[in-house]
Amino acid sequence: MSDVVMQVAGLTKSFAARGGSSGSVKAVADVGFSLARGETLGLVGESGCGKSTLSRLILSLLDADQGTVEIDGVDFITAPAARKRNLRRRIQIVFQDALSSLNPRMTVGVNITEPMRLQGLGTARDRRAEARRLLALVGLRPEDEDRYPHEFSGGQCQRIAIARALVLNPEIIVFDEAVSALDVSIRAQVLKLILDLQQQFGLSYIFISHDLGVIKRICDRIAVMYLGRIVEIGSAEAVCGSPAHPYTKALLGAIPIPDPRRMRIENLGLIEGDAVGVPQEDACAFAPRCPMRFDRCLAERPLLAAASPRHDAACFLLNSGKQGNPP
Amino acid sequence: MSAAQIPSLVVENLTTRFGSDRDGATVVDGVSFVLTPGQTMALVGESGSGKSATALSLMRLIEPPGRIIAGRVLLDGRDLLTMPERGMEDVRGGQIGMVFQDPLTSLNPALTIGRQITETILAHRDITPAEAERQAIDLLVRVGVSDAARRIHDYPHHFSGGMRQRVLIASAISCAPAIIIADEPTTALDVTVQAKILRLLHDLQQEMHASMLLITHDLGVVAAMADTVMVMYAGRIVEQTDVDTLFHAPRHPYTKALLACVAGIEDDRSVPLQPISGMAPDLKDLPRGCRFAPRCPLVQDVCRTTDPALRAVSRSHSVACLLVQEETAVV
Repeated sequence: MSDVVMQVAGLTKSFAARGGSSGSVKAVADVGFSLARGETLGLVGESGCGKSTLSRLILSLLDADQGTVEIDGVDFITAPAARKRNLRRRIQIVFQDALSSLNPRMTVGVNITEPMRLQGLGTARDRRAEARRLLALVGLRPEDEDRYPHEFSGGQCQRIAIARALVLNPEIIVFDEAVSALDVSIRAQVLKLILDLQQQFGLSYIFISHDLGVIKRICDRIAVMYLGRIVEIGSAEAVCGSPAHPYTKALLGAIPIPDPRRMRIENLGLIEGDAVGVPQEDACAFAPRCPMRFDRCLAERPLLAAASPRHDAACFLLNSGKQGNPP
Repeated sequence: MSAAQIPSLVVENLTTRFGSDRDGATVVDGVSFVLTPGQTMALVGESGSGKSATALSLMRLIEPPGRIIAGRVLLDGRDLLTMPERGMEDVRGGQIGMVFQDPLTSLNPALTIGRQITETILAHRDITPAEAERQAIDLLVRVGVSDAARRIHDYPHHFSGGMRQRVLIASAISCAPAIIIADEPTTALDVTVQAKILRLLHDLQQEMHASMLLITHDLGVVAAMADTVMVMYAGRIVEQTDVDTLFHAPRHPYTKALLACVAGIEDDRSVPLQPISGMAPDLKDLPRGCRFAPRCPLVQDVCRTTDPALRAVSRSHSVACLLVQEETAVV
């Protein structure tokens, strides 16, 4: 899996601070990672960590202040319009709210093949045939092409959105909280479809979610974000099995395990505060909540460094032998 | 759980219907349960299963075209369903405190949070506004809002989601209710904030020795919080037992499938995902027989013709499945 399909480096995006005061907030700050062919990279973090802004930057739906998003060696952000249009075919996105991401006035078939029309691909007849093929592929009936989105359940709408994401034969699909709104029985169905499609077509996925449980289950590698920055990145086994950043530990410890013999309310991990506010540039953003913080954390920002091979974390306690578990 | 415990709330055959008799849906269908002081009962199910409608029905907050068509809700021997509306207003926020999913829509955006809490207190207690304000500050301190004396003058939008939920909890417990109904209280919150809110609810409930009805779709939350659990599917309770039995010896095929689904997501990647095929039935067009039959991996012919009732399989375990036999070796 050394074949890199996407390389993101130094991606940064600021927004004006709320309340009209001077200054700005870095929603995404100096984010970099690579994505290998056939790989699933999970981006996990709580509200406001910048994961959705990051997804929009990667897709060039939002202009970055700095940084590059290279797809097969070409920078998507600075590419000229015609080139960008071509690159767009290679990366697609599936959003959380499938129903509102589909056009309610278009039939399901037209919704699915709209990207073909916009790219000037195929005849009307070709597009119909493609819609029917894709509907069957995502577990719906080909004859559903003439129905409208509101006639479908949330899980079915998400299948339709996945069919639309597949219509241009992309190499990369970004799933932004794509299963978060679904009921657990339906969520498992859609996750299974997503994994089956990856097997079948060798797709690379970026899977964005606040739900570390789902991320852990389907991702090869995981990047944990906190207030705009990646604070830990590595294989799913390393990040979840031996987390190196106190925030990752806190996230893992706060997930209720569905087994009363393994976890009751008394064992649920608690940390101070919540992830709000503007982090200081010259301090660790997690320091105000960190049970392990010491003087240096408030005076200097830790950079990502190797915790183990191919596993990085941004914490001064890395390899210091001082890492305990948060209380 | 001692058998001699006096129940704090008894719900019998609660039935709520939306729409007309011919073209309508029974969203809560013959639900019965008992809440016990100091205990948490979880009501778990997927969207549309009727869990929120159950909570709204027993508080008599179902709005037309919905209506409660049968049942009794007994609090201190009085039936809430036949009580005059005036008496019901005393019960809501008085003996029964409520916490809902979305604290932003449950709080009035135009009133300071101090005002919202004192209004609840003044509606139920015969005290001065100054005394109510003092109590509101105490309550906010108790639910973990720092600098409460100053923050009572702030408006809901000044608070983060987790803090708003704390405010709502302060309001819910302001009259020391015997019963707390919490409907998806942490669903909109981040996981680290959820952990703190769950702990707060648990600690307050223990302190007040109140009963809690916790409505959630999250089996992790159930495992952490519940003493007893009801599983709801398509308007019916399909299984009811203590939390350990539910997770380790479930009997209903839906409960088993739901747990397998969650375990599949929780487990490592070598274990295949085990989704439940199909989807929940349309309540306006229910299948004959068992409502889960179209999705059930164990379905038999009889399931498609006979509607299973909720039956006791042991002293503290009831299941609505025709294929489940009574446990013979109950000690």
